[in-house]
Amino acid sequence: MITIIDYGMGNLNSISYKLERVGIKSLVTSDPLEIKKATKLILPGVGHFKEGMNKLSVLGLDQIIIDLVTKEKIPLLGICLGMQLLTSHSEEGDCNGLSLVKAVTKKFDLSKGKNLRVPHVGWNKVKFISDNILFNNIEQDHFYFTHSYYVESLDENNIITLTNYGLDFVSTICEKNIVATQFHPEKSHKTGFKIIENFVKNFD
Amino acid sequence: MNTVKIFTEKKVDELIFLDINSTIESKDINYNFIKKIANECYVPFAVGGGINSLNQIRKILSLGAEKVVINSSIADNPNLITEASNFFGSQSVVVSIDISKNWFGKYSTYFACGSRKSKYNPSEFAKMVESLGAGEIMINCIHKDGKMDGYDVNLIKEVSSVVNIPVIASGGAGNYQDLDDILSNETVSAAAAGSLFVFHGKHRAVLVNYPE
Repeated sequence: MITIIDYGMGNLNSISYKLERVGIKSLVTSDPLEIKKATKLILPGVGHFKEGMNKLSVLGLDQIIIDLVTKEKIPLLGICLGMQLLTSHSEEGDCNGLSLVKAVTKKFDLSKGKNLRVPHVGWNKVKFISDNILFNNIEQDHFYFTHSYYVESLDENNIITLTNYGLDFVSTICEKNIVATQFHPEKSHKTGFKIIENFVKNFD
Repeated sequence: MNTVKIFTEKKVDELIFLDINSTIESKDINYNFIKKIANECYVPFAVGGGINSLNQIRKILSLGAEKVVINSSIADNPNLITEASNFFGSQSVVVSIDISKNWFGKYSTYFACGSRKSKYNPSEFAKMVESLGAGEIMINCIHKDGKMDGYDVNLIKEVSSVVNIPVIASGGAGNYQDLDDILSNETVSAAAAGSLFVFHGKHRAVLVNYPE
C-alpha cells in the first residue's frame, strides 16, 4: 500500500485523492503500525523544519522511517519540507534531520544575486544533471516552488536536477530507494503530478 | 469547481480564493469548500477571508492550501502574522493590503473590505507587515479594481521597492499590455487579475471572488 505519512504538516488528502483519480490507492496515516506495512512511502510537508522533526519524533515516526528505508529498502518520495527532512541538518531551527541523504539544508542568502526575494515562491526551471525514472515522459521542466531554505548536496552523485535561484540548489535528489523533490509535483499542473505517478508505478 | 477545472486546464500559475464577506458577516471559514478545491486544483492556491486565528490557518493549510491571505485581522491582531510565519513558514503567509486613492491623489491603506482606515501610508504599512513576518504582500488597488484600465503601476512600484518580499499586484488589469507593464518592473513579482480572465507566461495569478 502506498502510504502517505501524516505528521500534521501539510497537504496530504489532496495527494491521496488525486492518486485515486488515476487508479492508485493510497493510505494517509500517522499510525506507526500502518506505516510499517507500507510498500512505498510518501513524505510530504509544508512548514518549519524543526517543527517537522519534532512532530516525527513525538509520533515515533522518525526511527520507523529510517528503519523502513535503510533496512527494508522501502522506496520513499519526499516533497518540499519532506525532502529537507531527509538531510542531515537544517539552518531552520538549527536542527538535525533524518540523515537519509548526503545533504544539508540552508537558508537562502539575500545578498546573493540582485533582487533575490525570500521565500522562493513561484514557478522555476529544473536542469537535468542525471536521469531518473521519476521524470519519464514528463514533458515540462517548470515546477512550483515555495520555500525559504534549500538543499545543498554533499555528494554530487545524488543530484538529479538543479534549479537556480541566486545559486544552484538541488531540486531533485536521489539515493538508491530514496528520491525527493523540493518543488511540489502535485501543484505543478496535471503533467507535474505524473511525477508522483511515476514514483508509484515505476520507482524502486 | 468548474471554475477551478477551467483554470487548471488553462495552466494558470496560481489561484487565490477570497471570501470577502467572511469578516463582515463574522462567518467561519468554509472548510468543506477548501477541501474540494484542494482535490480539484493542480496548481497552488491561497485562501483568505476572515482569518483570525492560528487554528484556522493550520486547518486551511492541512486541507491543501499553500498559503493563507490575511487582511482584516492585521488591525486587531498583527501578532497573528508573526505567529503564523513562525509556525508554518513565512511562505505560507500572504498579507493583503487594500489601498485607495482619494480625489487629491493621496493614498490611504484600508482593511476589512475598505471599511476601516489605517493611520499608515501604503509604504509604511508594507514595511510593517514585512517586519511582522509576512512572506508575500498583495496590494489591492481598490480604486482600480474592476475598471480594467490598468494597474496603478507607480504605486505598486513604490511599495514593492521598499520591501524585500515578493509583491503581488492586484486591481485594474484590462489587457495583456497591463500585465506586461506591471511585470516588467523588476520589483514586482506577480500580477493577479479578476476581471481579466486571461493568463499566460510566468508569474500570473488569478483572483476569483466568491461573494457568496
